[in-house]
Amino acid sequence: AEVAELRARLRAVRHTVLVLSGKGGVGKSTFSALLAHGLAADETKQVALLDIDICGPSIPKMMGLEGEQVHQSGSGWSPVYVEENLGVMSVGFLLSSPDDAVIWRGPKKNGLIKQFLRDVDWGEVDYLIVDTPPGTSDEHLSIVQYLSATHIDGAVIITTPQEVSLQDVRKEINFCHKVKLPIIGVVENMSGFVCPKCKNESQIFPPTTGGAEKMCQNLSVSLLGKVPLDPQIGKSCDRGQSFLAEAPESPATLSYRNIIQRIQEYCEQHHLQEDNVK
Amino acid sequence: SPADRANLAGVRHILLVLSGKGGVGKSTLSTELALALRSAGKRVGILDVDLCGPSIPRMLRVQDRAVHQCDSGWVPVFVGQDKAIALMSIGFLLERPDDAVVWRGPKKNALIKQFVTDVAWGDLDFLIVDTPPGTSDEHISTVEALRPFQPLGAILVTTPQ
Repeated sequence: AEVAELRARLRAVRHTVLVLSGKGGVGKSTFSALLAHGLAADETKQVALLDIDICGPSIPKMMGLEGEQVHQSGSGWSPVYVEENLGVMSVGFLLSSPDDAVIWRGPKKNGLIKQFLRDVDWGEVDYLIVDTPPGTSDEHLSIVQYLSATHIDGAVIITTPQEVSLQDVRKEINFCHKVKLPIIGVVENMSGFVCPKCKNESQIFPPTTGGAEKMCQNLSVSLLGKVPLDPQIGKSCDRGQSFLAEAPESPATLSYRNIIQRIQEYCEQHHLQEDNVK
Repeated sequence: SPADRANLAGVRHILLVLSGKGGVGKSTLSTELALALRSAGKRVGILDVDLCGPSIPRMLRVQDRAVHQCDSGWVPVFVGQDKAIALMSIGFLLERPDDAVVWRGPKKNALIKQFVTDVAWGDLDFLIVDTPPGTSDEHISTVEALRPFQPLGAILVTTPQ
């Protein structure tokens, strides 16, 4: 009955993309926010961004929605809208103060995630993007389980070039295999830095073991792209602005846009295949 | 219980390294702190309770080592020629380094309790406890299990943004 409820609620969602990483601080939320902005640039598309990082919800700040509250209506919880076609939901909106710690064990976190999926009135959605916390635990198991009521196009896995990140990301890739979650591909963030003054390139996080490129080769997973470090990215996130809009000329923007396009193409192709099968 | 207390009885100071945020350098700091304390002649242990993303073994170049059991519990991995750093991490319990630990809270809590009370640390000046990001099962369980041993305190790690 529960599954039926979730299925009904998510029936109007065309594509679902999970943004994962084994490692923390590699840019999952940054990427989720920019993916949402990028997809919503097409005003004919309805985009939903769900932040299930319950302990460290970054999405409200990154989307410029800090201090917003969630409203209840007859049809459920209303997402907070950044644009008419871009709605956001996060535990951040449920806190009375942004510094309140959510100190919950697994079962309580799972309960909230289920509520987000069951009670939020997303309406018709072309893309549901789910931002996750680092790791392979309750939140990840639960979201895959609950979303089996609908279907997940796949996961985008975020990493940075150094081995300390990759070793956690390999685990995440194995997690995806274990729960039969298709992997759309890997994004390597913080991949080099070009000095705006002297234009020299430095590897701030050197890929001592070949970076995401080598890992993707070894594990037969697609490398969607590499995004260089740009201090403007962090600034835009802190200010709740879209980096893509603030720095349209940055090499990082170009990388992000290419990656977003590849994800779109993957989802559209996926859908075509499914329709053909039907 | 007295048996539980025995393994931490020889530990002088317990320090936790925390952050809400991931990727800010908790494990890096824990490792550097341990190495600095060792250089200062102290006996140091690191307890790595990041079950999903254990980084410490690789940082100390002991990722290929294994742990053993003795009468009083787990024998930690001793790092370096002088064996002056003792380390316990789930990294040592994995069959393959890329195996994901896909556990829900209760199972994580059980292992953390074991890690706190069942590791035969011996005599240590400092036990540094490295944690994963967040404020959830691992943190609650670690603090609860350590409470009887009166940790010195927590070091919080952040980055500027």
